[in-house]
Amino acid sequence: MTDHADHSHLSDTELRVRALESLLADKGLVDPAALDAIVDTYENKVGPRNGARVVARAWIDPEFKQWLLRDGTAAIDSLGYTSTQGADIVVLENTPAVHNLTVCTLCSCYPWAVLGLPPAWYKSFPYRSRAVRDPRGVLREFGQDIGDDVEVRVWDSTAEVRYLVLPERPPGTAGLAEDELAELVTRNSMIGTDRLSEVKKNQ
Amino acid sequence: MNGIHDMGGMDGFGPIPIEQDEPVFHAPWEGRVWALNSALGALGKWNIDAGRYEMEQLDPALYLQSSYYQRWLYRTENILIAHDMVTREELDSPSARRQVEGHGQALSVEDIFARQRQARSARIDTVIEAQFKAGDKVRARNIHPTGHTRLPRYVRGKVGAIDRDHGVFIFPDTNAVFAGKKPQHLYSVRFSAREIWGPGAAPADKVYVDMWDDYLEAS
Repeated sequence: MTDHADHSHLSDTELRVRALESLLADKGLVDPAALDAIVDTYENKVGPRNGARVVARAWIDPEFKQWLLRDGTAAIDSLGYTSTQGADIVVLENTPAVHNLTVCTLCSCYPWAVLGLPPAWYKSFPYRSRAVRDPRGVLREFGQDIGDDVEVRVWDSTAEVRYLVLPERPPGTAGLAEDELAELVTRNSMIGTDRLSEVKKNQ
Repeated sequence: MNGIHDMGGMDGFGPIPIEQDEPVFHAPWEGRVWALNSALGALGKWNIDAGRYEMEQLDPALYLQSSYYQRWLYRTENILIAHDMVTREELDSPSARRQVEGHGQALSVEDIFARQRQARSARIDTVIEAQFKAGDKVRARNIHPTGHTRLPRYVRGKVGAIDRDHGVFIFPDTNAVFAGKKPQHLYSVRFSAREIWGPGAAPADKVYVDMWDDYLEAS
């Protein structure tokens, strides 16, 4: 990053970030090439496709599913998705009678290893403040109307345990292969703000 | 501390800003802030709890008016200053006029990720007696620590039940101020939504909060 570039188009925040990075590089505290690699990892390598593969495997392999629900950390580790975070993962199963929703009211805790970095709405004040108090209203904003016969369980990630929702397998998918099933799994369904039974395959 | 970050149950922030096909970072500077935070955290000068405590101590008005990655930027500047790694004067000076001597050993990306894997597992492999077991009725203590805590305000004083014992974990309240890991059992505690929010909540709904032994008393 050059100091001679025209910075007139940059915001105060951008200038402040550049100043911080150049100071820390000058001090030998960070290596800009390592920063490039970190950005690349989060933009291109970790993301919700990892979680989707975990879900698809659980749908087709009952033994894996039981392991996943009993010891999510070990079962997910067996698929190789612990690249940047060693945190424990607990998997929550959605059923016709129970809908799980995850949140971090205090900051932005999220299962990076399987979902990548959280979307902006997950870190937003409206979601953090209301998910625990009015989960059904929050879910309606995501187009999900949860019936009175369904128990909503909200999980506030206040420790170093990360929660992943195992969504219900959508109907009409009996003949699909694992890879095809993984394509159906949305990021939001693994946070709990989406239900795949409501999603058409071609959407 | 009863800080602005403890948002569970608050009103007035408006609708949830749902965005279709959202990029991981909305501008290159956001990625740089994230990467800086990862690289600096891996140096091991502070732990994740101390990092969160620093964030919680941002001025509440600044916290509310800043974007997510702006908050990370301000937090990172503050924690670097607190650990004598930079000065405010250095941050504010044009780079041409700064007097800096390289005194660090910048980590490679492989080392950064390896150290993150190690540091983020807050589980401690030691045998400590659990104060509670699954099914026990418990009350979240009505305490208001002025330092770092992961006990949200909305649940203090409320009665729930131990859902599961996660095992032995570092206690954030002490770890955040480098006063020891104070290992103890961590549980998922199940509360009825009505116990917390009153009769307006749906009768069968539940809220689960992860809580350490020190946050709980028998009920």
